[in-house]
Amino acid sequence: MQETTTEIRFASPKRYIEESLIFKKGQLGEVGFLSGNEACAYGALAAGLGFYAGYPITPSTEIAEILSYRMPALGRVFIQMEDEIASMGAIIGASLTGLKSMTATSGPGFSLMQENLGYACIAEVPCVVVNVQRGGPSTGLPTSPAQGDLMQARWGTHGDHPIIALYPTSVQEAFELTMVAFNLAEKYRTPVLFLMDEVIGHMREKVVFPREGQIPVLERRKPPKGLEKFQPFAEDDGLVPAMSAFGEGHRYHVTGLHHDPAGYPTLRPDEINRWFERVFAKIEQNLDDILLYREEDLEDAETVILSCGITARAARAAARQARKQGLKVGTLTLQTIWPFPEKLVRDLGSRVRRILVPELNRGQLIREVQRCVRHPEVAIGGINRLDGGVITPAQILEKLEERSWPGSSH
Amino acid sequence: MARKLPLIHRYLRKDKKFPTVWCPGCGIGVVLGSLIRAVHNAGIPKDDVVLVSGIGCTGRMPVYVDFNTLHTTHGRALTFASGVRLANPRLKVITVMGDGDAIAIGGNHFIHACRRNIEITAIVVNNFIYGMTGGQFSPTTPTGDISATSPYGNLAQSVDICELARDCGASYVARSTIYHVNEMEKQIARAVTTSGFSVVEVLSTCYSRYGKLNQKGSPREMFLALKDQTVPIAKAAGDGRISRGVFIDRAEAAYSDTYQAIVAKAREHDAGEPLPLLDPARTGGTR
Repeated sequence: MQETTTEIRFASPKRYIEESLIFKKGQLGEVGFLSGNEACAYGALAAGLGFYAGYPITPSTEIAEILSYRMPALGRVFIQMEDEIASMGAIIGASLTGLKSMTATSGPGFSLMQENLGYACIAEVPCVVVNVQRGGPSTGLPTSPAQGDLMQARWGTHGDHPIIALYPTSVQEAFELTMVAFNLAEKYRTPVLFLMDEVIGHMREKVVFPREGQIPVLERRKPPKGLEKFQPFAEDDGLVPAMSAFGEGHRYHVTGLHHDPAGYPTLRPDEINRWFERVFAKIEQNLDDILLYREEDLEDAETVILSCGITARAARAAARQARKQGLKVGTLTLQTIWPFPEKLVRDLGSRVRRILVPELNRGQLIREVQRCVRHPEVAIGGINRLDGGVITPAQILEKLEERSWPGSSH
Repeated sequence: MARKLPLIHRYLRKDKKFPTVWCPGCGIGVVLGSLIRAVHNAGIPKDDVVLVSGIGCTGRMPVYVDFNTLHTTHGRALTFASGVRLANPRLKVITVMGDGDAIAIGGNHFIHACRRNIEITAIVVNNFIYGMTGGQFSPTTPTGDISATSPYGNLAQSVDICELARDCGASYVARSTIYHVNEMEKQIARAVTTSGFSVVEVLSTCYSRYGKLNQKGSPREMFLALKDQTVPIAKAAGDGRISRGVFIDRAEAAYSDTYQAIVAKAREHDAGEPLPLLDPARTGGTR
């Protein structure tokens, strides 16, 4: 894997500071005051975004607006497509020519993208899909936060497939994790989903921009020059095949059908099985690289709050308050929600007495926790909210103070 | 003495298993031959051609040809093709779609590709039916015709693909048939060398899934019917025969060219004043 930290690839920090609406004078080049959507757009530019296609939808639209104005100035491509199906198709096409590609949307648009998202999975096309979540189902709550698309992110497109999904808890992370999303997409030849909460997308916070090289910018692996016969899905040089761009002379075939290493459609069970094994293995054998999370006060914790996004901030506030009251509470914040950190959570289940999973849905993340934790004496409780509001530290604290949770032995 | 192989063999993939998926009596192979000869005669290198398709019988065409080939999802060929073309304007992007692929499930994308006048050639092979799924009616199936899902006759009107393309802003729009091979080849040759969005509708035959159900006779008779039931535009007499020929060939600004002008404009702004959109005075710092 090449790592490039050149000026060309990493847009100059000064430039994106100047572009942010408000910034602290005197610290130009270091600190900005941005919304999560802005941070996501600038993070994408910093990661070397070459092609953006999208369709307007609340609460993600600012990402498209910023890129419609920055991409042409950088000689890169922005296009507003006729719908989200087309946006997803366009970024796959662009990625096949070698450009880092992205689209951004929200629930209804994310539903439309599932079709071609599956195509990116089977054809192993790197791309980043941002979903600034809003309340659902259907048109739901266009301007309110929800964390209802976690399972859709995992299983939304039909058929078995691995997927990577990242989830920031702050505007700072929106910037940094967007860069990471591109790196993972290019490194593992896979679509990477970027789930953001509406409140993070629209909230303004201080952002300390990473210095050049602080977050490396990765490029996809290309086949060696002068290669006689290129196999776009070869299995012989590792789990992630090298990827040639259309127009570079290899003239290969890409299809949404199951295919052999040359890319041609196949019905052979052995070839189909090998493909499934390889694409799952390329993710599962690199979990150390892919799984991002933050642990706080877990050493002696009897109760752990497991959460993501905006809810994780309430969780941390509640945990600190609980500590003051003498409760041994720690937090686990998932920045990578897919693949789910099974081992991490399983091990946690053997150390703690209670796991609390607050989330802005009817209980999606908690199912994963219940699946992984196999100690019957560990109580697993949830806090759920679906009415367009967020979960507060007070709500979490109240739950922590409850002596026994329904269904638990504590 | 070794027989000289026809030109198309220099363009077919040697490592791909033949025969094709197409039924005996199918017209799609004829279109493939014309497409290859047109690209060859236009002098476009194989490396620069990206052949994009959707789903259906026509969607299977790219896999046989030694270009950069992209077999996408149903109806979405033009969306992938738009991404390819904008990302690398050096590439010659050609889509091949069936009537259902291009006009039913992909109808919206077709309209907007025309409207943008993006530099893509769209070859629509119109065989009046969904062949691969077993012969269900499509947007071009004539009213009253029998299909697997219209056993009492097709209710709706059929759409005229060329009129649609012209009205939506395509630069070049033409129609031919698999019977009129030379005419089709000329039209495709013009389409791939024109700037802007070009559409060639090729009337074709589906003996297995359409002809048999509607007493259209043998494959040979279906081929000949394309001769009898079509007429050059100039000789159109309003007698129900379908017009063939070039409906429009106009020089309009193409999308990539216009985009390059936008890039120049954006760079000018970049060097000087901040753009109005992000001017705090204008937005008041909130949105």
